[in-house]
Amino acid sequence: MPKDSGIGASSKRREDVRFLTGAGNYTDDINVHGQAHVYFLRSDIAHGRISNLDTSAAESMPGVVRVFTGKDFEGVGGIPCGWEVTDKHGAPMQEPAHPILAQGKVRHVGDPIAAVVADTLAQARDAAEAIDLDIEELPAVLDMKAAAKDGTTLVHDDLKNNICYDWQLGETDNAKVDEVFANAAHVTSLDLVNNRLVANPMEPRVAVAEYSRGTEDYTLYTTSQNPHVIRLLMCAFVLGLPEHKVRVVAPDVGGGFGTKIFHYAEEAFCTFAAKACNRPVKWSASRSEAFMSDAHGRDHVTNIELALDAENNFIGLRTNTYANMGAYLSTFASSVPTWLHGTLAAGNYTTPVIQVNVKAMFTNTVPVDAYRGAGRPEATYQLERVIDKAARELGADPIALRRQNFITQFPYDTPVALTYDTGDYNGTMDKLEAAADLAGFAARRASSEANGKMRGLGINCYIEACGIAPSNIVGMLGARAGLYDAATVRVNATGSISVMVGAHSHGQGHETAFPQVVAEMIGIDESMIEIVHGDTSKIPFGMGTYGSRSLAVCGSAMVKATEKVIDKAKKIAAHLLEASEADIELKDGQFSVAGTDKSVAWGDVTLTAYVPHNYPLEVEPGLEETAFYDPANFTFPSGAYACEVEVDPETGQVSIEAFTAADDFGNIVNPMIVDGQVHGGIGQGIGQALLENCAYDENGQLLSASFMDYAMPRADDVPFYGVDHSSQTPCTHNPLGVKGCGEAGAIGSPPAVVNAVIDALNSGGKAVDHIDMPVSPSRVWAAMKG
Amino acid sequence: MTQVSMTVNGKSVSGDVEGRTLLSGFLRDHLSLTGTHVGCDTAQCGACVVHVNGGAVKSCNMLAVEADGAEVGTIEGQAATDGSLNTIQQAFQDHHGLQCGFCTPGMVMSAAALLKENPRPTEAEVRKYLEGNLCRCTGYHNIVKAILAASGQDVSSIAAE
Repeated sequence: MPKDSGIGASSKRREDVRFLTGAGNYTDDINVHGQAHVYFLRSDIAHGRISNLDTSAAESMPGVVRVFTGKDFEGVGGIPCGWEVTDKHGAPMQEPAHPILAQGKVRHVGDPIAAVVADTLAQARDAAEAIDLDIEELPAVLDMKAAAKDGTTLVHDDLKNNICYDWQLGETDNAKVDEVFANAAHVTSLDLVNNRLVANPMEPRVAVAEYSRGTEDYTLYTTSQNPHVIRLLMCAFVLGLPEHKVRVVAPDVGGGFGTKIFHYAEEAFCTFAAKACNRPVKWSASRSEAFMSDAHGRDHVTNIELALDAENNFIGLRTNTYANMGAYLSTFASSVPTWLHGTLAAGNYTTPVIQVNVKAMFTNTVPVDAYRGAGRPEATYQLERVIDKAARELGADPIALRRQNFITQFPYDTPVALTYDTGDYNGTMDKLEAAADLAGFAARRASSEANGKMRGLGINCYIEACGIAPSNIVGMLGARAGLYDAATVRVNATGSISVMVGAHSHGQGHETAFPQVVAEMIGIDESMIEIVHGDTSKIPFGMGTYGSRSLAVCGSAMVKATEKVIDKAKKIAAHLLEASEADIELKDGQFSVAGTDKSVAWGDVTLTAYVPHNYPLEVEPGLEETAFYDPANFTFPSGAYACEVEVDPETGQVSIEAFTAADDFGNIVNPMIVDGQVHGGIGQGIGQALLENCAYDENGQLLSASFMDYAMPRADDVPFYGVDHSSQTPCTHNPLGVKGCGEAGAIGSPPAVVNAVIDALNSGGKAVDHIDMPVSPSRVWAAMKG
Repeated sequence: MTQVSMTVNGKSVSGDVEGRTLLSGFLRDHLSLTGTHVGCDTAQCGACVVHVNGGAVKSCNMLAVEADGAEVGTIEGQAATDGSLNTIQQAFQDHHGLQCGFCTPGMVMSAAALLKENPRPTEAEVRKYLEGNLCRCTGYHNIVKAILAASGQDVSSIAAE
């Protein structure tokens, strides 16, 4: 029987009611009395020198409060990067300045040049048109391989070249790697592109800032996944403000997917301008503005080689990747192609020798940073595509080839710096084979062929590293932040509980799932517990939500704080029951003395904590505890996915006929929410595989800058998905045994789709071994025509 | 400035607007009905769908002055006056048809318009009708399921909630 409350129950989401009735409180719904509006004049040229910038006409336009340019930000800090990668020669990465408003040069379409603050947005926009601007155009640096050559145009004049870093992980002895490949019975090589994407949460970014001259306090409302991180970066590195005078609030946030992790220039601008103008300042991005200012995702160009012995065992893997950083380093950009990507190169397999090479490149494009999965989808895609190609070349069954090379003993130290704690890759594959009815595929293919369609089956596995930690290790790897999280459990006198958590919920359902855990631990109703998040003035500290970390890291902090609360409550209960603390048991909200019928209810103990008349003298009154939790290791969710497609031989149109996911997330708190997370990830993965592409022309113009040009997946592009989460090997090092589920779908699904398309084409006699994503009808059609 | 008057969720309202003010802006900025969301600038995402004289309309694609004299319905008018959810809203909660909630008002308003003209749609008809409503969180699985459930159809055979 499924549980109806607590851990393991599909409790309905309490946050839904406000979202379903129009009562949510998103940042754009916040209007502060007396606010002015800002409109950013952005570069429409990819690369150039500002030769003339005259704002005088704009300043006298109706309603204009003030016009800002780069000059106003001289002496103010730039946007910092949160991770310093060390290259393979031991040198720190090249780290260019990232100004709030352009300082003499523009480096991508969308680079902000000036900002007009006016009484209304329409007035600000009108005035921006009166700014006299001339830009002396320079050649745009776009192709990553060309950008790496000596003597090419520099994106940043003060850097020695366009290479941010040249990084390596795994085997450092090139001769040893060469020897493995020279002695291999078979080598499969594949060149592929992991297409540039735009995260496109449905809510565009917004910032509203206010400043009080009376108290010198600032408040910034912003669309963020991690308000404390924004406060820290903005105060310490950009504006030089004391943190205790700055409150950052991320209220209801309409999706993030990574792109709302980062500290953006517009947040710092509004905070700066609120003081400079002595008025609240609001900025709301249009969707077109989002396309040219939100950090993009992916954009890797890779060669991957897999070496196999005569028995089809994987014996070596080598990758060479160019990773696009865009024009500036976004907050976590440098970590994505390195520690979030190279470390996953082993995948689910025992490959003993692995070498990962990554050149990170500056180009005249929008900065690129983490997007759902962040490095792990790129690692998974290249590995699972090259394995599929190897299977086809060798005539091997793609599932059998994978099973033969699975890691089966845990813990397992990979050659690329990770230790997987648990997993059951064969067991998970068994679940997939059953859930996807792979035995019935031949009949379904025959049916498709009878209808004139080619049908393909694509299989892949994935492993991901979630809950990035521990802080001392990531510090050694270059992280400029800790990666713990925090929670405060505040018990009220009458027994209800507020839990202040550092994780931020922007679709993940924390407000429902987190109380399930505390309710289970104490044995009280979930409705007595409320989660408070997203406001630096209300929560102790928090690193926010990304990397599928919320429950694994912040949830663990919440468990630790709840344990402290229970320990203290037991002392109080022992006093009330005149028993030894060691004999007190807590079950179903009752403290009882073991082996007796003496008990006292949760609410009586909490009331006593705040009305301490009959109270143990050695115990402080009150009942509130905080815990910070720094994990011992990453968590390692894994899974096996299957996709079935039909390809129309006349048009190249691909349709997804079935998609099945078998995931091992360890223990699961709310199965309904977990399934929903996987559905959403699969939707985005299918989008990447078939539809989405962020495209620039040869001059650096952004061609896909609206939903008219960038193909988002729509309801009729996708089927119902099958999901199976019954394979569960709990995480060994966090108290809940949870692994994280937010990114899995987006990591695991693109290779399944592409593998299925290639399988379909080959079944129809088309000897096609690869098509780059998005696998659009025109690309499929061209591949079929050879 | 032009004065516009209309009925919104059964109440008569009026306001002075610029000619360029969109219906979505009038609802959000003049009436503080912020449940209607604006997610794009090309009439693609559907977060701003409202009902105008009974039909689904993208309110970012209609001038406020065009709605002068119209009957307008927004997400704020969907639940009963005591706050209880209507059938579609309840189905969205029961089947986890929303995550971040930003597209949700448009989804609910579009679903209501669909079920008004087609009370028992097929899965394919639901998916086709939602072409003008983007969701980035759910992969559409539970939205389609919720709408089928709201139409009174048995959805228990559809995999996973």
